[in-house]
Amino acid sequence: MNFSVALSAAHDSLPYMLGGVGWTVGLIVGAMLLGLCLGVPLAVAQVYGPKPLRRVVGVWVWLFRGVPILVQLYIFYFGLMSWLSSLPGLGGLGLDSPFTAAVLSLGLTSSAYQSQIFRGAIQSLPAGQLKAARALGMSDRQAIRTIVLPQALRLSIPAWSNEYSILLKDSALAFTIGVVEIMARMRAIASTTHEPVSMSFVAGVIFFFLTWIGVKGLTLLENKVRIAGYTRQGAA
Amino acid sequence: MSESSPILEARGLVKTLGGNRVLENVSLNIGRGRVKVLIGPSGAGKSTLLQCLNLLIPPDSGRVLLEGSEIDARNRRELCSFRQQVGMIFQDFNLFDHLSALDNVRVALMKVRRMSKLDATERAVAELTRVGLADKAALYPANLSGGQKQRVAIARALAMDPKVMLLDEPTSALDPELIGEVLAVIRDLAQGGMTMILATHQISFSAGLADEFIFMERGRIVEQGSPAELLAKGANSRTKAFCAKISELTGEADAEFRQ
Repeated sequence: MNFSVALSAAHDSLPYMLGGVGWTVGLIVGAMLLGLCLGVPLAVAQVYGPKPLRRVVGVWVWLFRGVPILVQLYIFYFGLMSWLSSLPGLGGLGLDSPFTAAVLSLGLTSSAYQSQIFRGAIQSLPAGQLKAARALGMSDRQAIRTIVLPQALRLSIPAWSNEYSILLKDSALAFTIGVVEIMARMRAIASTTHEPVSMSFVAGVIFFFLTWIGVKGLTLLENKVRIAGYTRQGAA
Repeated sequence: MSESSPILEARGLVKTLGGNRVLENVSLNIGRGRVKVLIGPSGAGKSTLLQCLNLLIPPDSGRVLLEGSEIDARNRRELCSFRQQVGMIFQDFNLFDHLSALDNVRVALMKVRRMSKLDATERAVAELTRVGLADKAALYPANLSGGQKQRVAIARALAMDPKVMLLDEPTSALDPELIGEVLAVIRDLAQGGMTMILATHQISFSAGLADEFIFMERGRIVEQGSPAELLAKGANSRTKAFCAKISELTGEADAEFRQ
């Protein structure tokens, strides 16, 4: 391998590769938000819900943790979503796009993992605070929203940034159903330039920086919402 | 003394926890402005009784009445409005760790009583001032001492204008040098006419405060009467024997309650 050839190939490929960043970020933001919006209620249901509901959440979590993302991508893209968009009234909404299917399978999988992050955080809070909230006349819904979740979400940020970095790398699988994110572009350009190693290197560097930016950002957020003297075990 | 119209009343409370009968048919009532003190060994059911009284722990059977009307624990709206009127102080404070002292007092005023932020703030500051903590309003629980935390908890309960306060060993988790500041607040409340049921081991303090001592053991009320009566010289009461044992251990001057 000629080093200078590889280097110039990498350099030339950069604009095209960076064009995939938008898709990757779109996948991640969509999937993280979907996972958050589902993960929080799932966690609350699993901790405070009635037994049948807790069981449903348990099945959900096992299902999405147990089925590989690649398998889900195929099921969603070639199966569920193309069937959905064939239904009257649902055509033309873009439901059958590879991007939608990828966000769904990444997001639903993430909802299972995120729910367990939040569940752990909720259960680590001292039970007395919920009691105190009830004693003040708060309904359980009010107490969970104003007392439990603000603390649980703060405690979840470190694990959440871990989830972000995992999901970011999982998102590379979306190339298999045709989302033109970083990985897809890497493969395309490698097959025309015959420089797979340097292209992989470029893709790796881009993924690394996306991870770094996200994790750094979440650390900043963690510090911004930090409460004086607050530790994982509750107040010292 | 007549207690014909009690504020809070419990009839025949029974509670079994983990196969143990924690409350065995306990009844009590308390009239306006009265102070009743629950004493007895650990595991006697004092804490469970207090938490059954505001239905934080639902009793297996028995009834709780506020000003003569029975509370239906299955009716959530009724339950929440009942609890607003019954202030609760816990042994380990249970402050909301993510909220400042001010917000701890303010949050229920805004969320439960739907007060405006301005009104709630004014009220919260007034209550913090009452417990001597106006200058700590901005601090978070982690930066308060145990005694300060308990006083914030008291301010938080008082802000809801409770008709009766239940205090579950409010000084048991405190370092000895911090107990006094909390007892002073409780004494002020009693002198201000607050109706209270207080579980405590601070015998000589509560003897000066209580209209009635209620001695519990193994989930039952074993004895009740005025402190003077139960602790009188020559009285042969369980209460007196128990108090003597406590004061022996803590070195509390028992002369105070032999008066």
